[in-house]
Amino acid sequence: MATPTAPVRILSVLLENEPGALSRVVGLFSQRGYNIDSLNVAPTEDRSLSRLTLTTACDDAVVEQITKQLNKLVDVVKVQDISEGPHIERELMLIKIRARSPESRTEVARCVQIFRGQIIDVAPSYYTCLLVGDGTKLDAFIAALGDIRVLEVVRSGLSGIARSEKAMSL
Amino acid sequence: MADMLSGGDILVRSLQDAGVDILFGYPGGAALHIYDAIFRQQAIRHILVRHEQAATHAADGYARATGRVGTVLVTSGPGATNAITGIATAYMDSIPMVVISGQVMSHLIGADAFQETDMLGISRPVVKHSFMVKRPEDIPAIIARSFYIARTGRPGPVVVDIPKDTTHPHLKVPYTYPEAVQIRSYQPTVRGHAGQIKKAMAAILQAKRPVLYIGGGTVLGNASEPARRLAELLNFPVTNTLMGLGAIAGDDPRNLGMLGMHGTYEANMAMHHADLIISLGARFDDRTTNATEKYCPDATIVHVDIDPASISKTVNAHVPIVGPLDRVVEEMIRLLESSDQRPDPAALEQWWQQCHSWRAQHGLFVRPNHEPSQGSLIKPQDVIKTLYRVTEGDAIITSDVGQHQMFAAQYYHFNRPRQWLNSGGLGTMGYGLPAAMGAQFAYPEATVACVTGEGSIQMCIQELSTCTQYHLPVKIVNLNNQALGMVRQWQDMQYEGRYSESLYEESLPDFVKLAESYGHVGVKITRFEEMEGQMREAFALRDRLVFIDVQVDPAEHVYPMQIATGSMRDMWINKTERT
Repeated sequence: MATPTAPVRILSVLLENEPGALSRVVGLFSQRGYNIDSLNVAPTEDRSLSRLTLTTACDDAVVEQITKQLNKLVDVVKVQDISEGPHIERELMLIKIRARSPESRTEVARCVQIFRGQIIDVAPSYYTCLLVGDGTKLDAFIAALGDIRVLEVVRSGLSGIARSEKAMSL
Repeated sequence: MADMLSGGDILVRSLQDAGVDILFGYPGGAALHIYDAIFRQQAIRHILVRHEQAATHAADGYARATGRVGTVLVTSGPGATNAITGIATAYMDSIPMVVISGQVMSHLIGADAFQETDMLGISRPVVKHSFMVKRPEDIPAIIARSFYIARTGRPGPVVVDIPKDTTHPHLKVPYTYPEAVQIRSYQPTVRGHAGQIKKAMAAILQAKRPVLYIGGGTVLGNASEPARRLAELLNFPVTNTLMGLGAIAGDDPRNLGMLGMHGTYEANMAMHHADLIISLGARFDDRTTNATEKYCPDATIVHVDIDPASISKTVNAHVPIVGPLDRVVEEMIRLLESSDQRPDPAALEQWWQQCHSWRAQHGLFVRPNHEPSQGSLIKPQDVIKTLYRVTEGDAIITSDVGQHQMFAAQYYHFNRPRQWLNSGGLGTMGYGLPAAMGAQFAYPEATVACVTGEGSIQMCIQELSTCTQYHLPVKIVNLNNQALGMVRQWQDMQYEGRYSESLYEESLPDFVKLAESYGHVGVKITRFEEMEGQMREAFALRDRLVFIDVQVDPAEHVYPMQIATGSMRDMWINKTERT
């Protein structure tokens, strides 16, 4: 399905906040051979709805099928490919980094500052840092650490919203 | 004051209020409160099958024959898993069905309890939607929603999983059935886009070599009559998919017959050379397109379907129209009737001459692709032609899957919708007999015949017992070639005749005695000259199930057969000739 050059799509899905609804979405992707690169989901300000952001790399025909198949799910209220137009995308990363020597502690702190992150937990042997950005920024941060050992990475997956007054709601 | 009822009684009352008159099922531990509620009422007739797969197929047959929602009740665990094949069959062919499965008690869910299975999980890929009941007071709304979802939009099966404690007789709550169903996240399209319909009409007026390509959606969407009128108004050639047979009468002069892998020569040739294809409720399934990259190279494609996801899924549509078939086609007719513009009649006349000449070359009924039957050599095609004569073309025909299914589709002219019931999408062997039961329950006076083979019939043979219990006079026409015919055909054509696991050797039962042991009538036909007489006698037994075991030529193949990776026109015409 996904060719190496296929563009990344960011699909926003408004979903009934019901048991089993998420498994229908995820199941659809595996059932029809589509890939999910990242996925995040949480209830919206209206607790009866969940907002889901899903990224997948595929060509136009496939994303059209994915959108139609998602819309067919009874629990799905709305689907939008926000990567089609102007949009904002952010991802959150929690990263635990080895920081024992004074040099490495300084270097990590400097990198975090440059990338406008925060050190949110400090221990004698490591720092836990929080970074927010699009996916490439988070990749760049890890690359910038060079030889410093990364102990653990937790990424939220992309969240996105369209740059438009029009809101995705009921 | 609303009645105070237990969950079991609420379920049964809800089914009554949903309009259910017949329920196919099989009891078991988790469903016993429900079964007790069924025992204490009269409005719904419960049919006890012999295997849960048959319950789903019977409900499916009932749904296809009537257009109503088929309803099934099974227990948890193996009851639920046995139902899966029938649910998947209904899903692939868009058949409205509600399947109620018992579940272990709520507090045991997830504990690997006795007869526990995750029915919602296991059925998820093959249902339109599913529900888990949490409280007895939720049952009426869930049932109302289930039936609404099953029958509207593109129809399909809905599963309702009911933990045993929610149907307990001691837990009573007020009963009210919802007057209307509103689901904010589910709003099927109710009319086609006017602009798109106009675009389609413009394409129609330009057409010189058009084909109306009719699928199962035309039958399911009750659009057969408008589709026929459209064909008549335009004088366009028509072809049906396997699922669309009967939507346009089989003996209508505009009908070129079925298209696809085993479609007629003239239908496949017409499709390949068409400059306009108007698809009504067909989904361009791989068995009807052959290689999509070589598909109908000159054709503009107008695709009308209730399901947007079916449009441009395998073949790109130039004019997509999402909407209910009946309304869209009626709108097309209205536009045609309000204008005197018509497609170029001279071009159409030339196109018809071309279609007639294709039919004259290799039409199934003009130039048979098989040698004649004689003596003990009975050709399966001749069995179907005889069946057609004996039943005067009026029987409801069900089939299983394989060569016999294709012969039935090719040689029985289906002249009305809902006359032909078969598992087209999933290709489920074992479908035919229980589906025939469902149709016979729906129409007790109708002649219902199950065309099957000795392979398929053995996949739900236990239902002969159900037929005994309910005195179902189904006629079983068994094309017995002592082999899995279609598998054997492929092994002939692609594996140099290596019949890997496709022969029964000496293991087949005596079907006559088998039928008799259930209290039915069995007839064995071994000579062509006696076939019609024997079949007439069998069908004259109006109130008996007759198992008609016909010994047919094991070497016969189904033709035409499209050549894989080719275009629509690439076919084997018979064993030695190809296009």
